[in-house]
Amino acid sequence: MDLKTTYLGCELAHPFMPGASMMSEELDTVRKLEDAGASAIVLHSLFEEQIVAEQLATLAAVEGHTNTNAESLSFFPSGMELFRLGPEEYLEHIAKVKAAVNVPVIASLNGKSKGGWLDYAKLMENAGADALELNVYYLATDLDVTGLSIRNETMEMLAAVKAGVKIPVAVKLSPFYTSVANTAKDLDEAGVDGLVLFNRFYQPDIDVEELEVVRSLRLSDSSELLLRLRWLAVLSGRVKASLAVTGGVHTVLDAVKAIMCGAHAVQMVSALLQNGPDTLKSIISGVSEWLEAHEYESLAQMQGSMSLLRCPDGDAYERANYAHVLRSWRH
Amino acid sequence: MADRPMIAVDGTEAVALVAHRLSEVIAIYPITPSSPMGEFSDEWSSKGKKNLWGVVPDVVEMQSEGGAAGAVHGSLQAGALTCTFTASQGLLLMIPNMYKIAGELNAFVMHVTARALASHALSIFGDHSDVMACRQTGFAMLCSNSVQEAHDLALISHMATLQTRVPFMHFFDGFRTSHEVQKIEQLVDEDLRALVSDDLIAEFRTRALTPDQPMIRGTAQNPDVFFQAREACNSYYDAIPAAVQSAMDAFAKQVGREYKLVDYVGAPDAERVVIMMGSGAEAAHETVDYLTAAGEKVGLLKVRLYRPFPIAALLAALPASVKSIAVLDRTKEPGSRDPLYLDVVAGLSEAVADGKLAAMPRVIGGRYGLSSKEFTPAMVKAVYDELAKPEPKREFTVGIIDDVTHLSLSWDPTFDIEPESVNRSVFVGLGADGTVGANKNSIKIIGEDTDNWAQGYFVYDSKKSGAMTISHLRFGRNPIRSTYLVKEAQFVACHQPVFMEKFDVLQYAMAGGVFLLNSAHDADKVFDTLPLEAQESIIGKGLKFYTIDAYKVARETGMGGRINTIMQTCFFAISGVLPRDEAIEQIKKAIKKTYAKKGDEVVKANWAAVDQTLANMHEVKVPTAPTTTRRRPPVISPAAPEQVRYLTGMMMEGKGDLLPVSAFRADGAWPTATTQYEKRTIALDVPIWDPKICIQCNKCNLVCPHAAIRSKVVDPELLENKPESFECATFKAKDFNGMAFRIQVAPEDCTGCGLCASVCPAKDKANPKHKSLDMTAIGGVLEQERDNYAYFLSLPDVDRTAVPKADVKFSQFYRPLFEYSGACTGCGETAYVKLVTQLFGDRMVVANATGCSSIYGGNLPTTPYCQDANGRGPAWANSLFEDNAEFGFGMRLGVDSNKALAEHLLRGLASEVGEGLVDEILTADQYGEANIAAQRARVEALRGKLAGSTAPQAKQLAVLADYLVRKSVWIFGGDGWAYDIGYGGLDHVLAQGTRDVNILVMDTEVYSNTGGQASKSTPIGAAAKFAASGKASGKKDLGLMAMSYRHAYVASVAMGAKDSQVVQAFAEAESYPGPSIIIAYSHCIAHGYDLSHGLEQQKLAVSSGIWPLYRYDPRRIEANLPPLQLDSGEPKDSVQDYMRNETRFRMVEKIDPKRFAALAVSAADFSAQRVALYQQMANIIVPSGADETNGNGEA
Repeated sequence: MDLKTTYLGCELAHPFMPGASMMSEELDTVRKLEDAGASAIVLHSLFEEQIVAEQLATLAAVEGHTNTNAESLSFFPSGMELFRLGPEEYLEHIAKVKAAVNVPVIASLNGKSKGGWLDYAKLMENAGADALELNVYYLATDLDVTGLSIRNETMEMLAAVKAGVKIPVAVKLSPFYTSVANTAKDLDEAGVDGLVLFNRFYQPDIDVEELEVVRSLRLSDSSELLLRLRWLAVLSGRVKASLAVTGGVHTVLDAVKAIMCGAHAVQMVSALLQNGPDTLKSIISGVSEWLEAHEYESLAQMQGSMSLLRCPDGDAYERANYAHVLRSWRH
Repeated sequence: MADRPMIAVDGTEAVALVAHRLSEVIAIYPITPSSPMGEFSDEWSSKGKKNLWGVVPDVVEMQSEGGAAGAVHGSLQAGALTCTFTASQGLLLMIPNMYKIAGELNAFVMHVTARALASHALSIFGDHSDVMACRQTGFAMLCSNSVQEAHDLALISHMATLQTRVPFMHFFDGFRTSHEVQKIEQLVDEDLRALVSDDLIAEFRTRALTPDQPMIRGTAQNPDVFFQAREACNSYYDAIPAAVQSAMDAFAKQVGREYKLVDYVGAPDAERVVIMMGSGAEAAHETVDYLTAAGEKVGLLKVRLYRPFPIAALLAALPASVKSIAVLDRTKEPGSRDPLYLDVVAGLSEAVADGKLAAMPRVIGGRYGLSSKEFTPAMVKAVYDELAKPEPKREFTVGIIDDVTHLSLSWDPTFDIEPESVNRSVFVGLGADGTVGANKNSIKIIGEDTDNWAQGYFVYDSKKSGAMTISHLRFGRNPIRSTYLVKEAQFVACHQPVFMEKFDVLQYAMAGGVFLLNSAHDADKVFDTLPLEAQESIIGKGLKFYTIDAYKVARETGMGGRINTIMQTCFFAISGVLPRDEAIEQIKKAIKKTYAKKGDEVVKANWAAVDQTLANMHEVKVPTAPTTTRRRPPVISPAAPEQVRYLTGMMMEGKGDLLPVSAFRADGAWPTATTQYEKRTIALDVPIWDPKICIQCNKCNLVCPHAAIRSKVVDPELLENKPESFECATFKAKDFNGMAFRIQVAPEDCTGCGLCASVCPAKDKANPKHKSLDMTAIGGVLEQERDNYAYFLSLPDVDRTAVPKADVKFSQFYRPLFEYSGACTGCGETAYVKLVTQLFGDRMVVANATGCSSIYGGNLPTTPYCQDANGRGPAWANSLFEDNAEFGFGMRLGVDSNKALAEHLLRGLASEVGEGLVDEILTADQYGEANIAAQRARVEALRGKLAGSTAPQAKQLAVLADYLVRKSVWIFGGDGWAYDIGYGGLDHVLAQGTRDVNILVMDTEVYSNTGGQASKSTPIGAAAKFAASGKASGKKDLGLMAMSYRHAYVASVAMGAKDSQVVQAFAEAESYPGPSIIIAYSHCIAHGYDLSHGLEQQKLAVSSGIWPLYRYDPRRIEANLPPLQLDSGEPKDSVQDYMRNETRFRMVEKIDPKRFAALAVSAADFSAQRVALYQQMANIIVPSGADETNGNGEA
C-alpha cells in the first residue's frame, strides 16, 4: 500500500512519527523509533525560559558565594567555564540524532523572547535540523494581556523566524484561540509551512490533603482526538500549510480518522510511551491493512476525505454537531 | 628577547604558573591561604595543560598534609619532579618528612604561603611562625616579598634545588602576597627552558630508586656511624649561597630583574639599617626611598635566602657606615629572642670576632605584622626613629600598643608617604553583591590593557552570612610597593547603604575625593538619609558625592541581586582612572570573556546593566551644613556588659587594632554568649507568625540555623504587660495545656533564609498560600518584632524537668545555647549544633575540629555559644583540624579523672557530709532532666556542707564538686575532618569502647570552609575541586566502619527528611555510655542551589536512597534485637532527580552528559546496594553473651 505523504515539504514514506516528548532525549530510543518505522523524528522541545532561568539561578547560587570569604574564594572547580547552560547540549543532540537516523529530524522550540525564538531557530537550523516545530506554549494568566496581543506576538515571531531560517517551519498551536481557523489562516498567509494540532498543556492537579498544586502529566487517550479531528477537518484544504495531528491517536482507527480529516502527519506520544516504540510499527501496518481491506488505492486517496470541504455533512463540524450530541445524550 | 605578557594575578597564581610548568607530580592538601595554588594546578592539569616537558602534571589531593608530604617523598624517591603547596599547621604536619626529604638530598620545592600558627587562637592570616618552625629541617629557604618576586623566586627555587640537591622552601606572606592582585611580567616557557637545566634533571633521575639499579634508603643507623653520616651533607649546604646567587644571576641575564641573596636599598652611607624578610620589606623599601630622599641616612637589607643563612652576603651588603641595626621578625618565640634577630646577631658577632667587621653595631630586634597586622610606612619610620635614640629598646614590637610589658614603639598615624600620582580607591561591599569580583575585573582591565600598574587587596569578614568585603585598589604609573591598606582614597564607594549605619566608611576618603553610594533614595533625598557623622565627613572633606539605585538597575536588567557590574561601571565613569568610553568598552569585553560560557543571558543582562548605569547615576548636591542630628547607632547593644562593650565593641567597629595588650587574657580564653549583642539586621525578609493557624509543631524552631526563631510556653498570667502585637495561642498538647504559646522571630538576628517558612506545615485553609509563618519584608515589622523579641526573652524559659519528652516539639522549648552565629544563610549544619545545645548544652563540653563549625563557632569578634539563665552553657574549644577526636577524647579523660577524684574525696568525707547524701550522689541515676536536676540539688547540698568544713579534702572537693553531675562530651567536625585528616584519631577513639564521647559529623560531603575540595565523603557524580569531572568513586561508608566495632552507637540522620529520628538519635547517642557517632546530612552552599530548598533536598536525598537513615544501638544486642534499625523506607524517588537539583552534579551533566549518565547509574547502584545491605543488617540479630539461647554466647 502506498502510504506516502508530504509534510513540511518533505516527502515521507508515511505520516506516522513520534511527537515531541522526552522519548527523543535518548539516542537509543530514537534509533528504536526509526526501527519501528517512524517517518520522521520530532525532538523534544528546547525551552528558552528554562535555559534562561537555569543560567540565572546557577549564577546566583554559584557566583553569589564567590569572593565572599577569605578562606573560600569559590566553591566549585573552575571547570565552571566549561559548564554550558545554554542550548549547546540540545544542539549537539540534534546533530547526534541526525547522524543516527536516516529520516528527517524536526527540532522543537519553545521560545520566550522574540530574539530568543529567532536565535535558537537559527542555531537549530545550523545544527542540522530538517525542519522546526515552534511550540507556542503560552499560558495567558495575566489579566491585562489581550488575546490580540498574544496573537500578534505569535505572528511577529513567525515572521522573524521565517525570515531568518531556510528550513520549513511548523507552528504547534493550542486549541484556545477565539478563532482557531482565523489564526491558522493568518499564520498560513505569513508563510508557515505546517500547523500542528494541538499542544497538550500540562494540567496541574490538586493535593487536597497538603493543599498543594501537583504537577502532573496525564497521558492522552482517544477521546482527545475528537477536538483535533474537528479542526483538522475545518482547516484541511483551506490552508496551504501541511497539517499534523498530535494528541489522542492510539489506534489504527484513530489514525485513519485523523488522515481522513486532513492530517499529513500523525504524531504519537502517549501510545508509544505506554506500549513502546513498536506501537508505531503496528499502527503503520494496521493502517495499511485497513486501507487494503477498504479497497483504497493509497493513503493519499483518503487524506482529507472527511474534511469540512469534502465530507457529506459539513455542518456536523460546526455548531450543529453540538446540538446533535446533546440530543443524543438525552436519549 | 622573550615576549612576556603583563598579567594581573595574585601571588598564588603567580607561583602556580611556574610550579605547574616545572613539576610532574603535585601532591597537596587544602589549607588557607595556600589552597588556590593546588586548585590552579588541578584546574590546569584537568584541562590538559602540560608542563615544560610536554606532560600533564599529576595533581593529587591527599588526606592531610602529612599524607601529601609522604606522597611527595615517595614521588621524589621514584624520580619524579615533585612539588607541593601548603601553610601553617599543614606545614607543621610535613615537618617529619621534611627532615627525611632534606636528609636524603632530594631536589624538591615546596611553596608556602606563610601563615600564623594556632597558639592562643587560630589565625588564617600571614606571618612567619610556620616557616620559622621549619628552619631546622635542612630545607633551604627563600623568601619573596611581592607577587612579581614570588613568580620569579619560584623559578629560582626550582633552579637552585636541582643545582644543589637540597630541597627548597619558597615562602611568601599569606594573604598580603598570596592574595594581593598585582600586575606582573609573566615568565614564558622560553625563560624556563633557558634556566632549568636538563642535565641536572637527568642527574636527579639517576638518583631515583629503581630495581634496575637497586639501592636502599632509610636505613637505621647506630651510634657508630649516624653522626658522621649526618655531617656528610655539609658541603652541599656550604654550596647553596653561591648556587642560589648564580641562579639569580642567570635569571637576571635572561629576564632582566636582578636579585641578591641579601638585597640592600637606601643611602650608601646609611647609619641606621633595618633587616627583614617578606612583604613588609616592600613597605620598608618605599619608606626608605622617601626618607633617603629627605636626606636621612637609612637603609634596608632584604634577606631573600634565609637558610642557609648567608652571613657573608649580608656583611657584603651592609654599608660600612652602619651604626645601628633593627632586625624585624614576623614571628614570636615566647621565652626566646626571635630567629632572624638571633641569626643576625650570631653572624655579626662571629664577623667581629673574626675581624671581618670592624665593630659590632648596636643590634635591636622587634616583632611586627603577626597575623597580617598592618605594617605601614609610619611603623617603619618608628623603627628608624627608635634606632636613632641613644638607648633604643633592645627588644620591641611595632604595630600594636603593649601597655603591659611596654615593648611597643609608638608611631605617628598621620605619617603618609603615598604620592598623589597613585590612584587609590576603596570599595565597601557585601560578599554576595559581587564587589570583589568586579574589582578583580577592574584590575585586570587596567593592569592588562593599559600601561598602568595595578594592585588590589581584599579584606573579608569573618562572618559567612551578610559578610562585608572591603577592596583596596591602587593604580599608578610606577610599580606599587604599598603592602598595606589604603588610608586616604581619592575614590570611596559604599555598595550597601546599611554599612553607612554600621561604621565610618568615609574614614577612607581623602579631602576632595569622590564618594559613590548605592541607595534606593533619590539624589535629592539621599544626603538626608545619612547619619550625622557621614554628612559631616562629606561636607568637611569636600567630597563629590554620587548616588545610584543599583538594585533598581539590577532588577530592571535581569541581574537580580548582583550589582557588581553596575557599581564597576560607576567607578570607571567617575573615578577618571580611564577615559569613560574606553572603560565601558573594556567592561563589556570583560563581561563577555567572563560570562560567555555561563550563558548568553548572563552576558546580555550584564551588558544591559552597563548601558543602564550611566542614566541612573546622579551627582548629589551637597548642602553646606548637615541636615540631621541623627548619629550612627552603636554597633554593640548598650545592654552588653561593659567589658564586652569595650572589647567586642571595638572589634565590631573595626577598631580592634587599637586595643592594647592589657585588654586580653594571656591564655586566649574568651567569654561566651556575645553574639546576642551584635544586632546585624541582615535579613531582607523575616518570618511573621500567625497564631490562628499554627499547629504548634515547633519545626520552625528546630530547623532554624541561627536560633532566630523560638517558641515558649508561659503562664498566661505573666503576659499582663505584653506588647500589643505580642499575640499568643493557647498551647494544645496534654502537657503545658492551656499555657500561652508564642513563636517569635529575632528580626535583627534572622538571616532571612526562609527555612522556617518552608518547613511550616500549617496552611490557611481558605488561602493556602498563607502559612502560619510567612516571610515578610523586614521594613514594616522590624521595630515591632524587635520589641516583641526583647519581651519574649524576658519571659522565663521552660522548666526543663517539666518537659515530658525531648521530641521535636518539646525539645524546642529548651533554650538554644548556640545562637546567632556567623554561619551562612540557610546553613545545613548549625541546626544540628543548636539542637545538641538545647538538649545537653548546660552540661556539655565541645571539642571542635577546625573548619566551618570552628569558624562560625569561635571566630571573633563575637561568640555564639551561650548560657542559660543559671549561667551554664557549652564550654567549647578548638584544638586542631587533625586531632579533634583525640582532643575530645582527652576532655573525656580529664572530666572522668576529675569525677573520679571528686568521688574519692566524697567517700573520704562521708562521715562529715553524711553517708546518706554521699550514697545518693554516688549512685544517682543521671539520665533524664529530672535526675540531672536532682543531682545538681544534691551537689548544692554538698557544697553547703563543705562550706562549713575546714578539712583540706573539703576544699579540694568544693573545686571539683560539679564533676559529680554528669558531663556530656561532644566532638564536632565536618567530613574533611572525620573522613580524611582526622579519621585515624576518630577510628581510635571509636575503638575505645568504654569511654563516653559523642561525635557529631556534619557531613557536607566536601571541604566547605576552604572552598569545596573533594573529601572521601564526596559522593559519586559530584564535581568538587580535585574532582572536577565528577567523583567516580563512592563515598566512604563511615557509619558502617564505625558499626564494625559493634560497641559504638552509630546514627545517620537528615533533619529535612525525618526530624523525629534526628532528635531520637541525639538523645540515644548521648545516653549511650560508650562512643557514639552521628553522621548528619548537611546541605551547603558548596552544593550550588538556593538553600531555602535545603530541607526538601534532604528529603529527596533520603527518599532516593542516597542518604539512608539508621540507628545502630549496641544496647539492642543484649535485648536480643537487631542492633541496626533502618529508619528510612524503601527508596522511591530517582537518584538522578536528586542529583539534577544541585549544581555540583548538574555541572557534570552539562559538561559531559555521557559521563554524568554513567555516574548517575553508578550513584543509583551504589545507594541501592548500600540500602540493600542495611536492610539485611536490620534483620540480623547478633548473638550476645547475655543470650544463652543462641548457643553461641562466646562469639
